[in-house]
Amino acid sequence: MVDGAVGTARRCWALAQNTAMLLCIAIAITPAFKMHFWNIGAEGQVLIGGFDCATVMLKLGGKLPTPLLIIIMLIAALAAGAVWGLIPAYFNAKKNCNETLFTLMMNYVAIQLIGFFVLEWSVPKGSGQIGIINQKTQAGWIPPLFGKAYLINILIVVAVTVAIAIYLSKSKHGYEITVVGESRNTARYIGIDVRKVIIRTMVLSGAICGLAGFLLVAGQDHTITKETAGGNGFTAIMVSWLAKFDPKWMVLTALLICFLEKGAGEIATMFNLNLAFADIITGIIIFFIVGSDFFINYKIVFRGSGKEVAA
Amino acid sequence: MIMFIQRAIIQGIPLLFGATGEIMTEKSGNLNLGIPGIMYSGAIGGVIGAFLYENAVGPENLNPALAILIPLFASLILSLFMGLIYCFLTVTLRANQNVTGLALTTFGVGVGNFFGGSLIKLSGADVPSINLTATSNFFKAKLPFAGDLGVVGELIFSYSFLAYLAIIIAILASIVLMKTRVGLHLRAVGENPATADAAGISVTKYKYFATCIGSMVAGLGGLFYIMDYAYGVWSNNGFGDRGWLAVALVIFSTWKPVVAIAGSFIFGALLIVQNYIPNLTMSAQEIIKMLPYVVTIVVLIIVSARNRKENQPPASLGLPYFREDR
Repeated sequence: MVDGAVGTARRCWALAQNTAMLLCIAIAITPAFKMHFWNIGAEGQVLIGGFDCATVMLKLGGKLPTPLLIIIMLIAALAAGAVWGLIPAYFNAKKNCNETLFTLMMNYVAIQLIGFFVLEWSVPKGSGQIGIINQKTQAGWIPPLFGKAYLINILIVVAVTVAIAIYLSKSKHGYEITVVGESRNTARYIGIDVRKVIIRTMVLSGAICGLAGFLLVAGQDHTITKETAGGNGFTAIMVSWLAKFDPKWMVLTALLICFLEKGAGEIATMFNLNLAFADIITGIIIFFIVGSDFFINYKIVFRGSGKEVAA
Repeated sequence: MIMFIQRAIIQGIPLLFGATGEIMTEKSGNLNLGIPGIMYSGAIGGVIGAFLYENAVGPENLNPALAILIPLFASLILSLFMGLIYCFLTVTLRANQNVTGLALTTFGVGVGNFFGGSLIKLSGADVPSINLTATSNFFKAKLPFAGDLGVVGELIFSYSFLAYLAIIIAILASIVLMKTRVGLHLRAVGENPATADAAGISVTKYKYFATCIGSMVAGLGGLFYIMDYAYGVWSNNGFGDRGWLAVALVIFSTWKPVVAIAGSFIFGALLIVQNYIPNLTMSAQEIIKMLPYVVTIVVLIIVSARNRKENQPPASLGLPYFREDR
């Protein structure tokens, strides 16, 4: 299992890249979760960000110098993710729509939208996939640093993680998010504009998801499919939750989940099982961690010992 | 046209099972996002049951009653088990409902694909699927007089017993929820558990029963998909994202099982309508597949904007209830 995850240098880099992407999405949804805004639309926000980025890459690739192109791609991705976060936030803040269900539906709108354009723009026509964008010119690809393809990706994610950690714990915005999360009534009472905080936080959350989409498309896959986010939008929720919304622990939980996936994949190949085995292991481990919370937060005292029962 | 309506209804039935199950669950205040996983496990439960029985006696000597009862029972047990995991974690151990639900979906889809994949290997087939046509034929048995009634027979009487069961369960669920004391208590638990608790209703008991029964109903949706729609052929990931469509249908029907019946037929029609529009490009099909979700979002917005009490989600949906920290 260890061998499957970090056996070779190549596997190490792949593991680091996967962890970084999962971490980036987990970091993105953390502000929203801290606000008790159950954003399960990260999958869609990542996809739509990646899609906008791929669109720019496809339509403007070769017409602009690469640095400028990458900047436009980044802006497009951030904007798309932010819009995808803004829509449910607006309706939650103004009309009190259930945000969990709303964001869930937005995922599938994004997936089908990408399905549509992937077929429209497929190369060659009718193949049903876009293929590697700008394979010859590599226009819009994030260049390797010191010969390592994913190094820039990983550094960007580290920077974002640190920034969000500081934003949440040290800034006024972070404080407002915490108060709104604990009690919207209290927040209103002490004069926080709850609607503004919800919308602002979701735009931020969506934009970072868009960034994750940008990194996936420009830095890793160089193409866009319905599978670009690969379920990480959902997995990230568990990562964020397991770390109790604390960015520094998220590095570990993201690593744990990726490690499990790779390692369980290796076990599956070794014993000739199929890859779904990894999902089962991940599920069971999360059940145990989620369940063990109870025993950490509460002390069980059995009655009948003659003493008073403490809660 | 008749063909189209028939296919739409068959497409809609798994969604109806899932949505009815989820409505019962949500009425108790549990937002179970594990529904897709539960439907997968319901499906694989049926497949395992049927596979073992077919292999034990051979596809030729199946006893019709057993061929139906064994997969049905296996499917119900597996989805009950999934529901129990969810209840134990969220109600007894007070875990977060969203996280537990999503983990349950990962787990359930994993269980489905793992056992599905293993059975495919066991059966040594050339194609990556399991074929249980013999069992499926029993599940697809129609009413004997369906063929004699012309168009009406085709439209109304030509489905298998599980399809009628879905509609009966949806109607029953409506009656129980809205007309009986049990339903009143259940809705009280979903709206405001503290009040229900004060009125002497056991919140834990209602949450457990509603969620577990809801899971079993949703699991039947998976069973129907495999045994009726797919002619007993299991292939990994074949069920697709129908589980999430079922969750969408819950919102679309504004938490009313009877409305879900009509909604499921509409969703079913949207799933297959692309096959009946001539000269439709592949890409336009993708847009049509987006429609159920867009419609659901619109319904969600309208329901919230109009703010009528009877159309709202249960007030404490997704919130845990701890008696001690009021």
